[in-house]
Amino acid sequence: MANQLVMYEEELEQIRLVCEVLHRDSNAKAVLVIDKNGQAISEAGEVENLDVTSLSSLTAGNVAATGGIANLLAEKEFAGQFHEGERTNVHISIVAGRVILLVLFDERSSLGLVRLRVRRAAGELTKILEALVKKSEAGARNSVLAEITDDDIDNLFND
Amino acid sequence: MSFINYSSREINCKIVYYGPGLCGKTTNLQYIYNKTNPDAKGKMISLATETERTLFFDFLPLSLGEIRGFKTRFHLYTVPGQVFYDASRKLILKGVDGVVFVADSQIERMEANIESLDNLRTNLAEQGYDLDKIPYVVQYNKRDLSNASPIAELEEVLNPTKVANFEAVATIGTGVFDTLKAVAKLVLTELKRGG
Repeated sequence: MANQLVMYEEELEQIRLVCEVLHRDSNAKAVLVIDKNGQAISEAGEVENLDVTSLSSLTAGNVAATGGIANLLAEKEFAGQFHEGERTNVHISIVAGRVILLVLFDERSSLGLVRLRVRRAAGELTKILEALVKKSEAGARNSVLAEITDDDIDNLFND
Repeated sequence: MSFINYSSREINCKIVYYGPGLCGKTTNLQYIYNKTNPDAKGKMISLATETERTLFFDFLPLSLGEIRGFKTRFHLYTVPGQVFYDASRKLILKGVDGVVFVADSQIERMEANIESLDNLRTNLAEQGYDLDKIPYVVQYNKRDLSNASPIAELEEVLNPTKVANFEAVATIGTGVFDTLKAVAKLVLTELKRGG
């Protein structure tokens, strides 16, 4: 479990801000940052009617499958994907090899604009994620998890 | 790979149900979904073929309650059991925190069980995991069928390391939650140790 992802308040706020700015500057419907394993990390825009959990899991599955195809074709990875719908379009990109940036947009925006804004957001996210990895490595031993007792775990399953 | 969110105070873990085709992995998830309080679950997603065989994965997000102020969320996945979907199975094992091997108890399926278990070990190793070191339990499903092998026989062949095992009839829920609880507990214990 060496690869555990730990998220702290400070970095989550920074990621949220990047999502907000990207949402505004790209005229998108919604922006999501998703862990490559399918956990939603942050979101901005019109997400009230979105099933964010399902969307995150399916997007991660999609990225994993596309990554598998890339491997078969001896490509490192396909950094971006675009799905065109009748009303909503989807732009998916991998950031820092670690998280997925998902942008949902409609006729108020365009693929060109989204691509342009995503590039800048990806750069900022990369910096935040690098800092996060360092921080979580340094703080790994002080984790709240170490304080959990066997009784705590047992209590969870007493019904 | 677990995801600890200090900001929203959540612990997220991934559990994968593995096993040969038609052993009952999806049935396990369906039973859990049907019997869980709506507040504690999200939508169950099944990426299946037209004949209801799992094509890529089933997914069920589940909340199990709080530990020390942290919500524990488990994402349950199944793999497609059919042999030719091996590339998909490998992808789903990425970032796994705990594994349930669902064996089909029927005598005729013993070879398929062995093959799937070997495949699990190999695919985990490719991702850098060792089946003997990660949270792992075995479920012997379809115990209600007349052609089910004796448990002792299944244990000998499929569980040489003697991890926790559960007898199940997933269609009616027997053993389903016991299996889930056992693996979830192992995952949390492992997190605590490695945390």
